[in-house]
Amino acid sequence: MIRCRILYAKTEPLRYTGMLDMQHIWERLFRRAGLELAYSQGFHPQPRIQQVAPLPLGFLSNFEIMDFWLDGDISIPEITAKIQDHTHPGINLQHLEEIESAAPILQSHLQSAIYSATALNVLSQEQIIASIDRLQKEELILRTRRGKEYDLKPLIHSLALAASNGETQVLEMTLSAREGATGRPEEVVAALGLEPFFFRYIREKLNFDIPLFSDF
Amino acid sequence: MDNQPNTSLETWLELNLPAVQKPGRYTGGELNQVRKEWNSVITRVALAFPDIYDLGLPNLGIAVLYDQINKRPDALAERVYLPWVDMEDLMRRDSIPLFSLESRTPLVQFDLIGITLPYETLYTNALNLLDLCGIPVLSKDRSDQHPLVIAGGHAMLNPEPMAPFLDAIVIGEGEEVIHEILDTLANTKSQQLPRDEILFALSKIAGVYVPSFYTARYSTSGQYLGLTPEREDVPNCVQKRIVGRLPDPVIDFIVPSIEVVQNRIAIEIMRGCTRGCRFCQAGMITRPLRERSLDQILSSLERALEKTGYEEIALLSLSSSDHSEIAGIVQAIQTRFAGKHLTISLPSLRIESLSVDLLEKLSGSRQTSFTLAPEAATDRLRNIINKPISDEALLDVTRLIYSHGWRVIKCYFMIGHPEETLDDVRAIADLCRRVVIEGRKFHGLKATLHAGISTFIPKPHTPFQWRSMDSLESIQEKLNLLRRELRGPGLKMTWADPQTSLLEAWLSRGDRRTSDAIFRAWKAGARFDAWQDQFDFNIWQRAFEEAGIDPFTYSHRERLPEEPFPWDHIQIGVTRKYLLEEAENSRAGILRPDCRESCYVCGILPGYKNIRRANPGSHWGCPEIASVEPIL
Repeated sequence: MIRCRILYAKTEPLRYTGMLDMQHIWERLFRRAGLELAYSQGFHPQPRIQQVAPLPLGFLSNFEIMDFWLDGDISIPEITAKIQDHTHPGINLQHLEEIESAAPILQSHLQSAIYSATALNVLSQEQIIASIDRLQKEELILRTRRGKEYDLKPLIHSLALAASNGETQVLEMTLSAREGATGRPEEVVAALGLEPFFFRYIREKLNFDIPLFSDF
Repeated sequence: MDNQPNTSLETWLELNLPAVQKPGRYTGGELNQVRKEWNSVITRVALAFPDIYDLGLPNLGIAVLYDQINKRPDALAERVYLPWVDMEDLMRRDSIPLFSLESRTPLVQFDLIGITLPYETLYTNALNLLDLCGIPVLSKDRSDQHPLVIAGGHAMLNPEPMAPFLDAIVIGEGEEVIHEILDTLANTKSQQLPRDEILFALSKIAGVYVPSFYTARYSTSGQYLGLTPEREDVPNCVQKRIVGRLPDPVIDFIVPSIEVVQNRIAIEIMRGCTRGCRFCQAGMITRPLRERSLDQILSSLERALEKTGYEEIALLSLSSSDHSEIAGIVQAIQTRFAGKHLTISLPSLRIESLSVDLLEKLSGSRQTSFTLAPEAATDRLRNIINKPISDEALLDVTRLIYSHGWRVIKCYFMIGHPEETLDDVRAIADLCRRVVIEGRKFHGLKATLHAGISTFIPKPHTPFQWRSMDSLESIQEKLNLLRRELRGPGLKMTWADPQTSLLEAWLSRGDRRTSDAIFRAWKAGARFDAWQDQFDFNIWQRAFEEAGIDPFTYSHRERLPEEPFPWDHIQIGVTRKYLLEEAENSRAGILRPDCRESCYVCGILPGYKNIRRANPGSHWGCPEIASVEPIL
């Protein structure tokens, strides 16, 4: 049995596919590819796939991480080729590597996530910059989510207007992604006084406190 | 006409999809979808299932047509489903016309919209679908610029209630006739014929019914008398199309990016049924029986698994355990795909043909429960409906199933036959209790029997088409009785809503005047009638009233043997003489066992003898033609 780690981008065709449905998509992809996932023990054996950091519905991502376990003896280039040949539209494989079977479960090592938020309507650059400045001076950013009030401020590690290609404004932010301390980019947009629905969100990177791969 | 990405629609979707439930229903772009260059083909077809994506995507009829059409170099097929009410509200608010999933092209730009109507409670949805496209719902209001609207499916074996909304209707199986329709359309397109002449050309195709070429006649008291062709050269009757050999099954099933109601490879292993249950419309209208061979099934399955990666296989037919090679098929699947963690499901099993052997073969797979359909619980009623499954046979089979490890069995029963008594109903509850007691021997209190109770509807083209439906009060009383009796550990009961069944009876038995009620119901807001939380019976009652129709004359009036029916011009190959004979046998309690053992001359053989001769082989369930012809 080998344990592999995969980095992929989740693009437009899978934008509205949630974590549970992604599980099925991967299982079927592996079946098509003829790659035999290892199954868990027990009365209802389940294929061993471990997705990390569920992406909210409607978000795109350039940084999806997943571990999986395969039965049999097969080389990494072969696995990579098979996945690419049998991919599901919306999965864009970036990197795949074998990792140590005893490597720690990633989820508990997740620290933060970098998002970009692209405005879909025309916004004034000056106004956004002013809003960011205002927000950064606040000591407390109280927000309510699912009936619970919380402080967004400590969850924002960084926030800036990243690019401004003509009329398109792109915010970039690093938010805490630790268990029980997860910042959501649409909350940041709302705190800036902007309409969260009018943005396209892309997860650009996840930061862990252990290395993900041997070479980066 | 260009087919470039519609940027304003793209933007609209990006801004609005986050606000609706399950936005993945509206994105398309799934694995195995076929996207063809718009200008590379002559004919563009939109295939519509008039309910939401989750139900429509697994529909095998649409999958078959999608496959057939897209295999042609001169045509393309794209899919469309009905948006759920939240999405519909947004689309109407912003005047977004209904678009296809593949290229996001508004449906009005297609040449043909093909709508499948497998059951009657989709009728208002079909009207709503056309309206969301910006296409007039009435055929007579459409111009040369509008796509042709053609429907098919089981409900269209009585097309009259939907006749004014449809330009043409396909009666019977679609695999071959779709090509004749596309050839004709390509031809008429090159000649630039007006709409009426295109329809006339279509009416020349066997199995295609163009309702606008006919007028219905009624007596002064309003009784239906018949149809008169309005044009010379249109046939008096339309005979159902069948294929002489089931073509290779679909293998490139679309694998959705969100889970839908059935996520699986569906292979129709057999079409038609030889059991002759007298209430069963499907059993009458899908005759004759034709099987797919073990080799054809297995090789298709193998390729479909490679193309989709699905983990479940459904072997479909009206009675899958009746396939002559069923044990071999299941065994071969188990052997060939051992260790692949596949689930094999056989959704309709016949109690008589469910063998120990088959059960043992299935017990290695991950099928989670078993469904059986005894329908009646007394021998008297069993003889009436021609489904003679004894208590002992049912108990033996359920004991076997429980003993092989399954804890849940689902049994379908039917109430409401005109000759049913409360004793017959009570017997259902008694039998269910006896079944669950068998289960307890193996699983203790975890043994479960799930009773599904449906209501008898005197469906067109069945021996019971002359009979009346049970009254709402009586159905309610019987359901109440069962709900009282079917209590206790391991007993579960679900039932068909009696008002929905009543509407189904009206819509399945109606004539052309019924269309006025359908139109009014839709105008008053009826849609998604098959959904309990959306169905509003009051709207329908008012709609019939405003249309000046007493719908109970459709559902509750016993008919005379010679009385014309609104579906008489649709010939299913089974003769009226045979149906009347079976009605008589029913009254006399005479059984007619499986017709593979002895032919009862239902009319199929002479009706389709040319197709039979052109496609000889052991795949047919009927006897060889020569052996039957002398007695005709």
